[in-house]
Amino acid sequence: MDEKKLAIIATKGSLDWAYPPFILASTAAALGYETQIFFTFYGLQLLRKNLNLQVSSLGNPAMPMPMPVPVFMQALPGMQAFMSSMMKKTMKKKGVASVEELRSLCVEAEVKLIACQMTVDLFEFNTADFISGIEYGGAATFFEFAGQSDICLYI
Amino acid sequence: MAHFDEELDASGLNCPLPILRAKKALGGMESGKILQIIATDPGSVKDFDAFARQTGNELLSSKEEGGKYYFLIKKK
Repeated sequence: MDEKKLAIIATKGSLDWAYPPFILASTAAALGYETQIFFTFYGLQLLRKNLNLQVSSLGNPAMPMPMPVPVFMQALPGMQAFMSSMMKKTMKKKGVASVEELRSLCVEAEVKLIACQMTVDLFEFNTADFISGIEYGGAATFFEFAGQSDICLYI
Repeated sequence: MAHFDEELDASGLNCPLPILRAKKALGGMESGKILQIIATDPGSVKDFDAFARQTGNELLSSKEEGGKYYFLIKKK
């Protein structure tokens, strides 16, 4: 049987949105899929050596809150950092892996991580801030793999 | 108690960690050897079933006892 292939485009860089690409990629790799993630726009934040991912309830009315907080209060300085640290604590307590852990499991399982060169230039990211072992490429690079994939996800 | 060669305690871990740890444990075992996995994640029941079917490793048994889930997987 030919190896199945999974191609993912990761476009978001918040704590909550960091999970789907890394969970799916690491699991797919464990199931024997050859897997690639193409990181573009805000998704590139997920490739930083030092992750400081945040989650915001602003513009996200579906986010479960331990207690109701009026929207104008959610915009106060420090609220985002506070909510992000609460979320990370809850995740740890519930046995949910950290993004760092899932990412290193992906690397270990030889999931190929590709950073969008255009976004790197656009936001003037310093590639020294990114983890090692990643590749840089553009849309055509992505299609070379995605075109043969069995599953292709835009996250 | 059923026979097994190695044991992995994935208690307290949530999706997808039990599967990823199991995959790693199986990677270090010889073909035909049996791995027992203990988990507390209720989602792992369906997940180990799916994992076994997709990887060809055989799920010999899957049971719940005292709030924990026990799986026996025979390495392909």
